[in-house]
Amino acid sequence: MAKERTYKTTGIVIRKTKLGEADRILTFFTPDYGKIQGFAKSVRKTNSKLSGHLELLTYSSLTLTKGRGIDTVIGSQNIDSFLSIKNDLYRISYALYMAELIEHFATDEEANPELFDLYLGCMKELGRTPYPLYLLRYFEVNLLTNTGFRPEMDQCVICQTEITRSNHGGFSPSAGGMLCSNCRDHSHYYGYPLSWRTCQLIKDLQKYSWEELENEPPDSSILNETEMLLKRYITFTLEKEVKSYAWLNHLRLLADVK
Amino acid sequence: MPELPSDPINSLIKELSSLPGIGPKSAQRITYYLLRTNETQVTALADALITLKKKTKLCRICCNVSENDICSICSNPNRNPTLVLIVEQPQDIVAIEHTGAYHGRYHVLHGSISPTEGVGENDLRIQELLARLQDGAVKEVVIGTNPTREGETTALYLKKLISPLGIKVTRLARGLPFGSELEYADDTTISNAFEGRQDF
Ligand SMILES: [Zn+2]
Ligand SMILES: [Zn+2]
Repeated sequence: MAKERTYKTTGIVIRKTKLGEADRILTFFTPDYGKIQGFAKSVRKTNSKLSGHLELLTYSSLTLTKGRGIDTVIGSQNIDSFLSIKNDLYRISYALYMAELIEHFATDEEANPELFDLYLGCMKELGRTPYPLYLLRYFEVNLLTNTGFRPEMDQCVICQTEITRSNHGGFSPSAGGMLCSNCRDHSHYYGYPLSWRTCQLIKDLQKYSWEELENEPPDSSILNETEMLLKRYITFTLEKEVKSYAWLNHLRLLADVK
Repeated sequence: MPELPSDPINSLIKELSSLPGIGPKSAQRITYYLLRTNETQVTALADALITLKKKTKLCRICCNVSENDICSICSNPNRNPTLVLIVEQPQDIVAIEHTGAYHGRYHVLHGSISPTEGVGENDLRIQELLARLQDGAVKEVVIGTNPTREGETTALYLKKLISPLGIKVTRLARGLPFGSELEYADDTTISNAFEGRQDF
């Protein structure tokens, strides 16, 4: 969509960077223009009319004007501030992690309404579901599918043999999915071992809606294994460490101590 | 014109540009201003910069910037030692002291937790805070981190760490700013203002 000189859209603030004394550069994920940046003047002052409407992880309507470099935000109004996560350390941290993934995977200035719907839907669900870690896995798997990095779980990525309970030979991030046991033994790809139930869970996450999945949450050992595997795959795909992983690990240790 | 590292004008412009809020244009303007200024004035500025670095350290108790091992607030017998207000930056103390409304002590974290920027517990003065809370002298901790997503994350995290120590944890009220209009307030601020409403 070509932008007018002054244009309106909606977006979720996925990143903010301080600029000068009191300004910010914000990164929005929008349904109309994909990932865009906006300059927000004086939003770090307590009397700014815009600041709360432009805080990290808020979904707001936006009015921007085109600039020579970066566009300037001239108006904003909350649509959804995801109030049900605001007093929960864990859920805020999960939401920040999702924002970081969107920042890495979404394309600049290119509309991707399906990805926006996935992200917005997961942000809303995060404040409601009793299974936030399960929801994060659903988000990751569908984010990967949407952006063209869907891991192959149904057949061996080398020989195309169907992957079954008896022949599954592990998961190879660099090959892009499952290996059969034969190819694992006879190719240069390394297959990280995973249980058959984890393999099935990822297939289910690729196939079913969240409403269907939420009725049958997996047990925590399967969920942990899935998390480790996806973390490995995402890190390989991005070719960099996702910064939030360190914090999520830290929180997990804190919870285990209690 | 080739940029030589030894060129005094360009090297000053480069140093100034790295400061927060100063772009290359401002850096250039300041450099040429200093070039025209008399030497006494420039020497005073240079001395002030060096003194800032050489003569200040972090207070051993509260981590505020100080000229001595213990800052003037921590060593003041009139400040309530059982009450500690946690802030993100030394500048926050300046704003609060200006009101004269607070008589306890402080603790400066030097930042806030920001998982997506890679800022975690070890980048902040949290271990120093926990160490100072061990002896039971502090009865109440007031969390005064900013009402931003990072400030809230930090506040919730600190509450989790401090509550098990049996110390009362409170949070500075996050509501409607004075001089603003309700009509323009965002949802989070209004929601916080309701949660923090008081008998009147
Ligand atoms: Zn094979
Ligand atoms: Zn001190």
